[in-house]
Amino acid sequence: MLIKKAPDIRSSEVTPRSLYLNRRKFLTVVTGAAVAVGTGLRQFINPTTVAQASNKIDGLKKSPFSTTETITPEKDVTHYNNYYEFSTQKEEPADLAKNFRTRPWKVKIDGLVDKKQELDVDTIIKMAPPEERIYRHRCVEGWSIVVPWIGFSLSELIKRVNPQSKAKFVEFTTLLDPNQMPGQRRAVLDWPYVEGLRMDEAMHPLALLCFGMYGEDLPNQDGAPLRIVLPWKYGFKSAKAIVHIRFTDRQPLNTWNISAPSEYGFYSNVNPTVDHPRWSQAKERRLGEFFKRPTLMFNGYADQVASLYSGMDLKKNF
Amino acid sequence: MLRYFKPVIFLACLAPLANLAWRGFHDELGANPIEAITHSTGTCTLVFLLITLSVTPLRKLTRQYWLINLRRMFGLFAFFYGCLHLTTYVWLDKFFDVHQMLADIAKRRFITAGLAGFVLMIPLALTSTKSWIRRLGGKRWQALHRLIYLSAAAGVIHYIWLVKADLRSPLRYAFVLLVLLGYRIVASIVSRTKAEAEVTPATKIEVSES
Repeated sequence: MLIKKAPDIRSSEVTPRSLYLNRRKFLTVVTGAAVAVGTGLRQFINPTTVAQASNKIDGLKKSPFSTTETITPEKDVTHYNNYYEFSTQKEEPADLAKNFRTRPWKVKIDGLVDKKQELDVDTIIKMAPPEERIYRHRCVEGWSIVVPWIGFSLSELIKRVNPQSKAKFVEFTTLLDPNQMPGQRRAVLDWPYVEGLRMDEAMHPLALLCFGMYGEDLPNQDGAPLRIVLPWKYGFKSAKAIVHIRFTDRQPLNTWNISAPSEYGFYSNVNPTVDHPRWSQAKERRLGEFFKRPTLMFNGYADQVASLYSGMDLKKNF
Repeated sequence: MLRYFKPVIFLACLAPLANLAWRGFHDELGANPIEAITHSTGTCTLVFLLITLSVTPLRKLTRQYWLINLRRMFGLFAFFYGCLHLTTYVWLDKFFDVHQMLADIAKRRFITAGLAGFVLMIPLALTSTKSWIRRLGGKRWQALHRLIYLSAAAGVIHYIWLVKADLRSPLRYAFVLLVLLGYRIVASIVSRTKAEAEVTPATKIEVSES
């Protein structure tokens, strides 16, 4: 019997095996922990992005269209961007767009217009005195911000290029440059991004041609060097980094409508009574606020713009 | 051994929550903290569901059979993060507005799917104890706990349906889930053919004897 027990005592075998097992278990644990913490760690490693050289814009005119609501902190407006040309993650455009070249920058103007031309962005910016317009900005996803944009009415540009009477719509195209815009390397959307407005919408004084915010040049991640801002429409209508403005007699396509026609219409006016098929539009979360607030018809600009849509079925023309 | 490692793993499972709390207190949750909390607790729920589902394939493939002792804990963590995720929705998103939540559940298919995934986890969490295994009997308990397949599928569908355009992230979860469920299908086919192979000679012997 004593002899039979002998193999158990052979410590040379037992010890290494248990050590080996321990090691296995240890590795499993460490891997598990790493996976669990992984997502969190990324947030720490991500370096906070340095703001690019920003120029103050002088001689800003105040605007009667400005709201007196609390302005959203600039850091939120520059680090929470739906800018799929750079990334589908809202925190990423701030970093990915920091080397985006915004000069030289040409804007092609053509279609049903008397003065077909290519304009330098700096020529456009000098067409009219810059105004500060503090607008509410409501994203189709259900959040909102208040931004002191800088620019002037889009009509100032349109008037100067003499659109023909046949022109019923305007189409805006964003730059297509996958080298600079990494998000365009994948077909998340049908690039380049296009948006459109009816002529009377584009001529409305609230429609802003924008090149600055918070007293300075527009940051790259917010649509530099030139974008439009349409405060009564969901944010995605406000095209960024515009390189082409085309006047047409047919309703232009718009990118999100191409992507999901049942969810994003041509008009996309802010409307608390017409839900997005997948979520309610009745309320919104203003960044920085704890409680949600009710969404207002035309984002609170009904007095100014409701007449543009009188007689239209807004449920059909969402 | 497990006695010492289990608490360590337990703490590791709490790390995402600790991280969230830390970032919350240090104002590092970004411009939309409530959205960040919603996304992070939702991600954790899915991750723990998939970890739970990977225990069985992992222990069989690596012959590390002790891993089974961790499965319940992982499953309960999935439920725990699911509770946090649901709480975020009920409290921070809807502010206990029952009317609106009911409308959401009826109208929004991604909410319907998400809630289904959560509800399916409830009986699993309730019957996760040893005494419940005894009470139900191993076979019935196991059959009940196959609900996790549906729960995880509902969770992944919930994620796919809420995304606007970029499906990469939810499809990654879908892929892992398909691999984990695919393993089970293959394993059950293999074991059935093995069982048949073992049964056939025995029957032959019986036949020859009679």
